Amino acid sequence: MSYFLELVGSGLTRGSIYALIALGYTMVYGIIQLINFAHGEIYMLGAFIALIVAGALTIHGFSGWAILLLAGLVAAVYAAAYGYTLERIAYRPLRNAPRLSPLISAIGMSLFLQNYVMLAQTPDFLPFPALIPEFAFMEPVAHIIGSAEVLILATSAVLMIALTVLIKYSRIGKAMRATQQDMAMARLVGIDVDRVISFTFVVGSVLAAIGGVLVGSYLGQINFTIGFMAGIKAFTAAVLGGIGNIPGAVLGGLVLGLTEALAAGYVSSAYEDVFAFGVLVLILILRPSGLLGRAVREKV
Amino acid sequence: MLELRRAQAGYGRIQALREVSLEVGAGEIVTLIGANGAGKSTTLMTICGVVPAQAGEILFEGESLRGLSPDAIVARGIVQVPEGRRIFPQMSVLENLELGAYLRRDSAGIRRDLEHVMELFPILAERRHQPGGTLSGGEQQMLAISRALMARPKLLLLDEPSLGLAPLVIRQIFAIIRRINAEGTTVFLVEQNANQALRLAHRGYVLENGRVVLADTTEKLLGNEEVKSAYLGI
Repeated sequence: MSYFLELVGSGLTRGSIYALIALGYTMVYGIIQLINFAHGEIYMLGAFIALIVAGALTIHGFSGWAILLLAGLVAAVYAAAYGYTLERIAYRPLRNAPRLSPLISAIGMSLFLQNYVMLAQTPDFLPFPALIPEFAFMEPVAHIIGSAEVLILATSAVLMIALTVLIKYSRIGKAMRATQQDMAMARLVGIDVDRVISFTFVVGSVLAAIGGVLVGSYLGQINFTIGFMAGIKAFTAAVLGGIGNIPGAVLGGLVLGLTEALAAGYVSSAYEDVFAFGVLVLILILRPSGLLGRAVREKV
Repeated sequence: MLELRRAQAGYGRIQALREVSLEVGAGEIVTLIGANGAGKSTTLMTICGVVPAQAGEILFEGESLRGLSPDAIVARGIVQVPEGRRIFPQMSVLENLELGAYLRRDSAGIRRDLEHVMELFPILAERRHQPGGTLSGGEQQMLAISRALMARPKLLLLDEPSLGLAPLVIRQIFAIIRRINAEGTTVFLVEQNANQALRLAHRGYVLENGRVVLADTTEKLLGNEEVKSAYLGI
């Protein structure tokens, strides 16, 4: 039983990271119907920036929590800038182009960012310091779930709740929903749609970067390719939940993470991806628009 | 208040507006009638900055609107109720109305205007928490007009408000447009339903193939033989 719970714990941890990244995919898709294939790279950049900041802070004698918070903050700010710039240079000029063009542009940006980090940093795996401290109160259950896992779950939960509140109640959140539902009409009520799109990229990038920092600290190593696989998995999670649907991205991430952890635990870790994508295939056969997605009626 | 001088606009290589000149004075109800595809909706979209004008001049209160973004034009006081109403379907009636006031910051004024539109259309108060997409066509039109009013427009542009509605509902909508105008909002109404539009408006323009071919008071247009045979079916 405790083995099962351990798997569930690590599955939810993984899943909540997928969910954090998947939110960026799904929000962008909801508004401009673009699969932002460079989104995984933002997550990777977040981890790298945090590593650099953590190194510098360690030299200056900072410790524990301070490093984690500052590194996370700087990573989030940088990632926001990257996400904003990405949209400005790679997608906005193609706003009225055929749908394939921004998709190709996205793949190009993904390759560019990966290679840029490889050349500017290193092609090798870098050790990432364990920034998340051990909580004393976790001791009794430490054999089932670690402090890092709890912190990741808690952070993700807080971020997702904050995002939900932002979208439901804030002025910019309402503008985001309006833009998603009818972009032309959003313009006619006076919404600066370009600003809303930029904001969406910034929010998605911040979530992904925080995911990167948490995962780096959790797994203990990073390199320039980590964004690729995480991006594919998170994209899968978004599709699983129903692309464009925000609760769907969270649910899809958790389902995917749990599937992987249980498959790795009871079958073999070599087969976890098979199970993850198998679940995707199954759900798309049974519910083509995803778990929470609604069937899209084409407007005429 | 609004003046178009030989405005031209189009989509890609298709020129929808060849030469549109018209004027809307403060306090008036002016209508633009014409057949399907004559360029009526494009005229409104060009005024709103959604379709860029390729040539000519668009003046509002003496200042050019050309090159301004749609949100900047809304901020000047021109608000459109587009064809097909375009309610945000998954947002509640209340949220739709709040979005109408997106550029306003005076929350007290917004609250007053909310009450005002719910008094104009009591059904909206009843359905305030219902998603906009679940409303009937007539209710959606009322919501669309109310949403536009929430922006406190100086000039209200209406695109086919009668489209697809039952005669009784059309009469109700037109009565409200008259009241909105009486309360001080200038109205520019685009309609295929020429008969109704000409009875409501003070002056009218006839658009054919992207050109204004007739301009007159509505009384004279209603008596015009060409208008009668082409648009009034008499």
